[in-house]
Amino acid sequence: MADVKLDAPKLKAKDFKSSQEVRWCPGCGDYAILAAVQSFLPELGLEREKIAFISGIGCSSRFPYYLNTYGLHSIHGRAPAIATGLAVSRPDLSVWVVTGDGDALSIGGNHLIHALRRNVNLKILLFNNRIYGLTKGQYSPTSGPGTLTKSSPMGSVDSPFNPLSLALGSEATFVARTLDSDRAHLQEVLRAAAEHEGSAFVEIYQNCPIFNDGAFEVLKNPETRDESIIRLQDGEPIAFGDKVVVQSGYGLQVKDASEVDEADVVVHKADVDDPAYAFALSRLSGIALDHTPIGVFRNVKRPTYDAGVRTQVDEAATGVDRKEALERLLHSGDTWTVL
Amino acid sequence: MNTVRQLDRVVIRFAGDSGDGMQLTGDRFTAETAKLGNDLSTLPNYPAEIRAPAGTLPGVSSFQIHFADTDILTPGDQPEVLIAMNPAALKANLRDLKPGGTIVVNTDEFTKRNLTKVGYDANPLEDDTLEDYQVHAVALASLTIEALKDFDVSKKDAERSKNMFALGLVSWMYSRPTEATEEFLRGKFKAKPTIAEANIAALKAGWNYGDTTEAFAVRFEIPPAKLNAGTYRNITGNQALAWGITAAGVASGLPVFLGAYPITPASDILHELSKHKRFGVTTVQAEDEIAAVGAALGASWGGALGVTTSSGPGIALKSETISLAVSLELPLLVVDVQRAGPSTGLPTKTEQADLVMAMFGRHGEAPIAVLAPQSPSDCYDIMLEAARIALHYRTPVMVLSDGYIANGAEPWRLPETAELPDISVEFATEPNGVDKAGEPVFLPYQRDPETLARPWAVPGTPGLQHRIGGIEKADKTGDISYDPENHDFMVRTRAAKIAGVDVPDLELDDPHSGEATTLVLGWGSTWGPIGAAVRGLRDKGVPIARAHLRYLNPMPKNTAEVLARYDRVVVPEMNLGQLTMLLRHNFPGTDVVGYNKVRGLPFTSNELQDALEEVIKNG
Repeated sequence: MADVKLDAPKLKAKDFKSSQEVRWCPGCGDYAILAAVQSFLPELGLEREKIAFISGIGCSSRFPYYLNTYGLHSIHGRAPAIATGLAVSRPDLSVWVVTGDGDALSIGGNHLIHALRRNVNLKILLFNNRIYGLTKGQYSPTSGPGTLTKSSPMGSVDSPFNPLSLALGSEATFVARTLDSDRAHLQEVLRAAAEHEGSAFVEIYQNCPIFNDGAFEVLKNPETRDESIIRLQDGEPIAFGDKVVVQSGYGLQVKDASEVDEADVVVHKADVDDPAYAFALSRLSGIALDHTPIGVFRNVKRPTYDAGVRTQVDEAATGVDRKEALERLLHSGDTWTVL
Repeated sequence: MNTVRQLDRVVIRFAGDSGDGMQLTGDRFTAETAKLGNDLSTLPNYPAEIRAPAGTLPGVSSFQIHFADTDILTPGDQPEVLIAMNPAALKANLRDLKPGGTIVVNTDEFTKRNLTKVGYDANPLEDDTLEDYQVHAVALASLTIEALKDFDVSKKDAERSKNMFALGLVSWMYSRPTEATEEFLRGKFKAKPTIAEANIAALKAGWNYGDTTEAFAVRFEIPPAKLNAGTYRNITGNQALAWGITAAGVASGLPVFLGAYPITPASDILHELSKHKRFGVTTVQAEDEIAAVGAALGASWGGALGVTTSSGPGIALKSETISLAVSLELPLLVVDVQRAGPSTGLPTKTEQADLVMAMFGRHGEAPIAVLAPQSPSDCYDIMLEAARIALHYRTPVMVLSDGYIANGAEPWRLPETAELPDISVEFATEPNGVDKAGEPVFLPYQRDPETLARPWAVPGTPGLQHRIGGIEKADKTGDISYDPENHDFMVRTRAAKIAGVDVPDLELDDPHSGEATTLVLGWGSTWGPIGAAVRGLRDKGVPIARAHLRYLNPMPKNTAEVLARYDRVVVPEMNLGQLTMLLRHNFPGTDVVGYNKVRGLPFTSNELQDALEEVIKNG
């Protein structure tokens, strides 16, 4: 987030549309996310030039081309690294990273975990469709075991990442999950992410109608969604359908509300300092999505990397005449003069 | 009374175990020598292991210094004086020593066990192994311990000061002042004043030992060199390179952003720049080499002078991002402090085998400018030049230093900061075109007709929002374009931009008025050894011309014309013929003769002189 909010004339969603023709497949979940982001961005209260979107490679990474902000479509997996350079050197900008499950968790896994560990002021939107779409349908690091694809004709034998567990293990200060198809929820999460100072990691379940259609159907179908989705609300007991969440062993467990004393139902608090709580939440759902929490899992304050770096530079550089300082540097230590 | 004898030059090598502090001893001797006004050149040589097993041959660390009363170009082919702190140091360095040379040896370490460890069946101090040399057998450790017996330091700490005893002794032998070293020690051990004073006492004890022992009959003086007027300091290549980057920030008025990952022998640049935050220099120690260059490129996009520094293996990892920078047409400085490869190779040893990688080691047609400093102090100027090209043409620039330049030191006549070049840039602030409807728009790939550089509009600039990326861009608009003709045009335009980079002419050194038929052409750190070899030949009356390429891509415009004047061009390189290959391709018809060695060590001037003479003789 930028330091200074400008007194901007009220921008509309259409002001954030670029002149480029959107070229995702018909029915792609990315369209819904794009529309949600475009209609959310005016809420930032920033001029368009103060916003920068950086992406890697993959279907989701075409995103910046379709926004009338500054945009950089970079290299597979490297967007968090490039964005770190921009965020550290340009505190006046709001810097967003758009990435996918292959981009962020496979080829770019290292950059993601280190950006989160450092708490760089970036908003990272991970579109998780559990498949490689741009390369026409190979299994990804979030595909379930047994996934049948062109590169796994007998079923994938890979174990998938749980992206939220990974982010939490990387010391992320803000971790959330939302759905492409739920615009109101998506925008609510974006709002919270934008307000967070530091790295905000948002996993967006996104449907790929071509190579992995219906991957999140259980969360969308009116017949199954209410018993599958756990909507996390800060300060509220965690309940959904006729079920609730209680502590169990080292973690959390879903139980029938009727079997549980109301006082034992876990009350959600995203600012719990110990990441073990949010981690336990992230473990409620597996690849089958049976009990899938959405919303803000974790939202805690920690000094940001970029501010730390800048503070040191500002402290050292304030009031320094650089040319004079260079003269002194060159003549520092042992020198001698030849006449 | 000792006799004082005048010398015009001397080469000394300090050698010991890697825990013996030989690099520090060498550095201090260098500082004393610089202060005295001698010209000098140094060559540190140390193992890749931080602490190889004590007393073994792989654990030997050494530091060589050549100093003289005239200007010199190399750290010297052969030492005339060897300080050997243990049997391993003696054994590892003896074959390099000049016949008749002087050896100062620490007898305390010559125990049966230590001798056996390095394969000496008998004690070389007692048999005829050293009969061709003047040997000073000194119990350096026990003398140091004895000298420090009144200090409140452990025996172990006292023993560790033996390098200062040795420094004191050699400083006496060569009439070097030690006051600056005393100051240095007080600063280094600020928190432990007892250790500081113990080291100073050891230093003085070494000096006094030389002064009072009759074993040292002769003392030497090397008068100051007649260098050009000015203020001088001693500087290593890595330090000069870091200062050059800092100066480029001052000269451009841009904040410097360094993304780097630790790697030998480039890490010192990261260390040095981390100290220069007062210049607005930001350093990010990234999670890996790829992130380091990525962060630098991100900062460049945001309007900083993005820099990344590494060595060969790291540059290989950065290759994809450098190609992106070529496509985005953003400024980026990439420094490759070359070391012997491939793979880990000899990480603390020097080589010039990354030239072809610098030229072509990217996917697609991705030309960049390539520059190479020719000496430690030249690293300062080359970084200013690299920044000028990167900023002016919006392109990555690769700078090829190497381990020899990076760790070697030489006196440097300090430049006037008032004469810093103006390498400032103008960011785009206004639309530079109109769209189909006639509305003003920003065209990110509308080029400067002269330089072919595109406008640099940094995020935050009102009204110039645009999207760029690795996908091929349409001419002018920068929109995604899969058009075949456009791709062909953009590839050729990017190539033309680099080919058209303005670089100064190649300087030819040929004082023989048409007599010389052979030109020796080098690049990078071979400048010193080639220069010394050429001097030697000319002193013998052998005519030879020389030139040195600091700009490898594009090469100076007069290169073809210079090469064409000679029957043959000899190209010494610490690789298997990479510049040779480029010259044969770029200048067909030129008779290019390679002289190639990859021993991890710089050429000696003698071997080059012999090789050049051979070529000239055989015509």
